[in-house]
Amino acid sequence: MYAILWLIPALPLSGFLMLALLGRSSERLAAAISLGAVALSAALALAVGGQFLLAPPPGGVYTQTLWCWMRVADFAPAVVLQLDALSLVMILVVTVTAALILVYSIGYMKGDESYKRFFAYMDLFVASMLLLVLARDLLVLYVGWEGVGVCSYLLIGFWYRDAANGRAAQKAFIVTRVGDAAMAVGLLLIFSKLGTLDIPDLLSRAVAQWPSGSAPAVLAAWLLLASAVAKSAQLPLQVWLPDAMAGPTPVSALIHAATMVTAGVYLIARLHVLFALAPEVQAAIAVIGAVTLLLAGVSAATQQDIKRVAAYSTISQVGFMFLALGVGAWSAAICHFVTHAFFKSLLFLCIGVIIQAMDGEHSLFKMHGLRRTLPVTFFACVISALALSGLPPTGGFASKDRILGAVYEAGPGGWLYAAALAGVFLTGLYTFRMLFLAFGDMRESRKDTGGMRRPTASMSAVLVCLAVLSVAAAAPAWPAALGGHAWLPQFLRTVLPDGASTLRAGTERTLSLIALQVALAGAASGWFVAMAGRRMFERLTSSTVGAALHAWWQTGWGFDWFYTRLIVWPTVWMAEINRNDVIDTLTGLCTWTALAGHRLLSRTQTGRLGWYAGCMAAGLVIILALMLWT
Amino acid sequence: MNGIPMAAGWLLAAGLLTVGLVGALARRNLLFVLLSIEIMFNAAALAFIVAGARWNQPDGQVMFIFILAISAAEVAVGLALMLRFHHCFGTLDTRAAAKLKD
Repeated sequence: MYAILWLIPALPLSGFLMLALLGRSSERLAAAISLGAVALSAALALAVGGQFLLAPPPGGVYTQTLWCWMRVADFAPAVVLQLDALSLVMILVVTVTAALILVYSIGYMKGDESYKRFFAYMDLFVASMLLLVLARDLLVLYVGWEGVGVCSYLLIGFWYRDAANGRAAQKAFIVTRVGDAAMAVGLLLIFSKLGTLDIPDLLSRAVAQWPSGSAPAVLAAWLLLASAVAKSAQLPLQVWLPDAMAGPTPVSALIHAATMVTAGVYLIARLHVLFALAPEVQAAIAVIGAVTLLLAGVSAATQQDIKRVAAYSTISQVGFMFLALGVGAWSAAICHFVTHAFFKSLLFLCIGVIIQAMDGEHSLFKMHGLRRTLPVTFFACVISALALSGLPPTGGFASKDRILGAVYEAGPGGWLYAAALAGVFLTGLYTFRMLFLAFGDMRESRKDTGGMRRPTASMSAVLVCLAVLSVAAAAPAWPAALGGHAWLPQFLRTVLPDGASTLRAGTERTLSLIALQVALAGAASGWFVAMAGRRMFERLTSSTVGAALHAWWQTGWGFDWFYTRLIVWPTVWMAEINRNDVIDTLTGLCTWTALAGHRLLSRTQTGRLGWYAGCMAAGLVIILALMLWT
Repeated sequence: MNGIPMAAGWLLAAGLLTVGLVGALARRNLLFVLLSIEIMFNAAALAFIVAGARWNQPDGQVMFIFILAISAAEVAVGLALMLRFHHCFGTLDTRAAAKLKD
């Protein structure tokens, strides 16, 4: 049964190749190929997962060697797939959400002129993401890492006729490239020091050769952290994600919320042994996570564009995962990844329905009273908002509770815990603000609902499926202190052995209660901002200080402004100075010399016989003279 | 042989070479250029004879016969070229062939 493992990434890849090589085809055929490949892949992943639970492979790890990539002296990276508890969870989440989002896209993208191209890119993305999480070798992982980056670029700029979309795609690609370069350097460092890129090998060698806190371990951890930070849109490289919302909404749901942006979380969890060798980097992860969580949360609460709210919320939630990774709660981060994948893709898909119903309108302040016109979407959105804010009975409550417990344990009463609680409050605030602005009956209810584009039956079905999954994801992660089994962290323990919680059940229950109250307070203030106190906040944001603060937060704390001055302008200025390419003049000198010599010599070629003969005679005389004199 | 001073032989050879060279450089008619080259050949041959006589060596005369053979071959090729030249340009003026330009 495990032997079919290679088919899981290969099927979406073949779907992509078929769509790419197929000439003109109907929408129906393109969707069937794309969805068929991913759905089959999801079915295989489920089958493999069932097998894994019933009859786990020896040691909890199954490896499948596909082929040897290249052989240079003793460097022979093989393309090996590795299935363990962590990669199993990842492939299940990736394939299931991808399949659901593709079903949704069939309805959402209907009538788009590049229908086939969209599905081809989506399949390529799924294949790359699966390769990334199944790779045993860091080099193969890097292939997947770059693959998802390319697909992200292609899909952000999917509607390329609008120049702004192209710019957003370039921004995402260039910013993540900073991290990719760091990763390449990190891989070279690891290979030159440890002589291997095979993940289990390199981790065991790192433990054997590098004492905790030694320079190479810290440097390698910093470089890998930089790549994870860029991919997962964390401070200070988070600027690309809000702009990435230029892509179609299913893309935002799959790539920029559920899967790709969590690749950094996966990378750190996968290499957690290495990060444990560098305690200061580990601490930095926690700090980055906490700061990102707060800054993005504040930005999300000030956005007008409904998609940007969700984008900042994604940054903030991935910040939660980084915080968990930073305090060594690896499995808590993965649990939050699982629940986040479901509820955040659900939120994005709901937003997609809303935007289509509003005929492309993104502004929250022009939406109201959508509850009656889009009942299924409203229901799904409420579930997703509950999960996002960490309210029971959803998966978001369970996973967030686990993270908060781990953060509290790492430093009771410390400011990390305070930051995490503030993050929970902000999450509730911006989520419910968005929910009430979009669905609340603030003014008179809509009359012109006849011409609204409603979600198709399949789109609604996907929303219901994801809503069910968002709630159901609570079961495997439900904390033991509240009568659950915490099955998922137990399952991940073979790969991510974070220590069992040392908190007493009573303390855990108290912590859960505190988190719940904070989340409820956040939700209530979200309602207040959107509904009851709206006039007051409008007055507040129109005062000088209020407006400045609001603008500052709305533009994501001015990071774009800062980077434009720090990096873009100097680069452009240098390019202006170097318009004629100073270095190139050196190379140009060679050409110039050759040309001048050519002109000089070609003047001697007169075509006159006498001149030639004279030159020959003169040459002879010179040679003779030289011979006689020397 | 003893009656003729060696310097006279050298001078004659040098004079013949100069005449030939000047003719080859100055004349425009290909036929005369060829003739001038023959004169230069003979100047070289004469230099060998004189040298052979000076050191009483037969090598000088051997070289003379060599040069005769070479100049015969050269004349054959040269005349053939001249025929082609006349065929192409309708004249024997070397300026007509000044077609190699940058």
